[in-house]
Amino acid sequence: MSSRESSQSPEKTTNLHVGTIEPGVKKIDPIITVDDVRRQFGGLTAVDVEHLEIPRGVITALIGPNGAGKTTLFNILTGFDKPNAGKWTFDGKNIAGVSAFKLAQMGQVRTFQLTKALGLLTVLENMKLGAKSQKGESFFFSLFPFFWRKQDAEIGEKAMVLLKKFKLEEKKDEFAASLSGGQRKLLEMARALMSDPELVMLDEPMAGVNPALTQSLLDHILDLKKEGMTVLFVEHDMHMVSHIADWVVVLAEGRVVAEGPPKEVMRNPAVIDAYLGSHQDIDLGIVTGRIPKNTPKLS
Amino acid sequence: MDWGIILSNTAQSLLSPATMAFALAALGLAVHFGFAGLLNFGIAGFMAVGAYGYAISILTFGLQWWTSALVGIVAAAVFAIIMGVPTLRLRGDYLAIVTIAAAEIVRLLFLTTAFEEVTGSADGLFGYHASFRASNPFPEGTYGFGPWTYNEVEFWVLVIGVVLVALAALFVWRLMNSPWGRVIKGIREDEDAVRALGKNVFSYKIQALIIGGVIAAIGGIVYALPSAVNPNVYMTSLTFFVWTALLLGGAATVFGPLLGAVIFWVLQAFLSSFLPALVASGILPMVSSAQASTLRFVLVGIGLVLLVIFRPQGILGDKRELTFVK
Repeated sequence: MSSRESSQSPEKTTNLHVGTIEPGVKKIDPIITVDDVRRQFGGLTAVDVEHLEIPRGVITALIGPNGAGKTTLFNILTGFDKPNAGKWTFDGKNIAGVSAFKLAQMGQVRTFQLTKALGLLTVLENMKLGAKSQKGESFFFSLFPFFWRKQDAEIGEKAMVLLKKFKLEEKKDEFAASLSGGQRKLLEMARALMSDPELVMLDEPMAGVNPALTQSLLDHILDLKKEGMTVLFVEHDMHMVSHIADWVVVLAEGRVVAEGPPKEVMRNPAVIDAYLGSHQDIDLGIVTGRIPKNTPKLS
Repeated sequence: MDWGIILSNTAQSLLSPATMAFALAALGLAVHFGFAGLLNFGIAGFMAVGAYGYAISILTFGLQWWTSALVGIVAAAVFAIIMGVPTLRLRGDYLAIVTIAAAEIVRLLFLTTAFEEVTGSADGLFGYHASFRASNPFPEGTYGFGPWTYNEVEFWVLVIGVVLVALAALFVWRLMNSPWGRVIKGIREDEDAVRALGKNVFSYKIQALIIGGVIAAIGGIVYALPSAVNPNVYMTSLTFFVWTALLLGGAATVFGPLLGAVIFWVLQAFLSSFLPALVASGILPMVSSAQASTLRFVLVGIGLVLLVIFRPQGILGDKRELTFVK
């Protein structure tokens, strides 16, 4: 990060936790809590989280090496995957086993690692699809335009405001398939915002995005916080994480190995071991505690 | 070669019950495949359920023709639910397998001698026209002109058929240009994305399967209105003829399936008169006249292949779609 950018560094929210910082620390105002969630694929345990709380109203980053279970945890939290055991809550409500579409209606919206723009719908149609509780989306009412025409026009106006903000307004009548990869990321994010979510979950928002667009995506994410939304995102780019995240959760081999404000987390030896990679010759299992430290190394 | 007969046969097929039945079936398939992305290879099954529901209600239960038509429609909706509930949660290709099998099961159930008293087995069902003809508002006489000359019964079938096609097209157009249609098209593109936006994808897919199935069943009823119901009509080849009509016109359009059905039947009628005439006048060597009339199916197959390669979006499809075919 250049000095110009760091001088504009966003203000971080602090004092989010209660007690000593350690994996699974209690938060003052958690929006999501996870208890004993375990997901196994055959013999492989992809996610095994004892306790985790995501603070409300701030930006939380979920980091970890490839295969750490970040996306699996994401899928579980959003109802796209079912764990073998455990319970988890959103906004104080138990949401274990609640289907993905209901969670989205409750105010928890996600994006995907591989962008899912609806290719043969126009950009504006993509946006309108994001809006919640549309009368015209019920089969019966859809047959009679006077039930939904007004609401649809309002949704269209709202979509245009968002499209302008994301600099996509000129593309509104183009097929989403004609957008570039970065523009699709923007569209997906803008579409998610159409539902006025409480919690926005972004799965690798920066993957494959060029540096110029990265800055504007970062600003958009910071804006979400300013508007009172909670953001949880998965990311590999450590610069970006330390730049915008208020809280960082580190996963390795499916477990939470560390969490805390970004600066402290980056200094945590477990994180350096597991992720930043100063001891690349050590088995990941030793770092996570799965294998006792005194086990002789292979070769 | 008698061009008069060839052209008159061709012109007649423009407004034949078969054309209108195909138009309806292709429209139902457009709802399934073109708009909702449901790979249904059992459209003949839906048509059979509609036709048999209609004929059985009249012959076995003595209902009026329009109540019987309603029975056929409800039966198709039930058929859609039975097929959809176990398969729509799975990936799209599974629906294709299940639908093609279900359509065959339906046909074989109508064919088996076990239910001969109700289904007529291999003879099919006939002689159910009394109620329909009694409701004919047109007095005895001839209607129309040129190749389109009908007696009062044929004309009554024609009117019913045209009205049903028009209503169905209007209905589908209205649906697909509403927020409901937007969700359906979104599901076609990527159902996980739509789910993440808070839509009950499963419910929408079932609704689409029912709506398309019902429209196809109405097609089956129109097919059965003037003549008889025979199990051999509802073979898998019927499904692929409907697919040909759909892809010809444009899968993701409302008027494409109608245009496709018309072109399909006009071509069929033309070739089935023209090819034997060619043989008779010695222009087409090494082909008997019986072979000549089946040659048209070969030509239809070649046509379908060329179409899918060179114009996958169909005649009325959006050109831009071609650029982004996955």
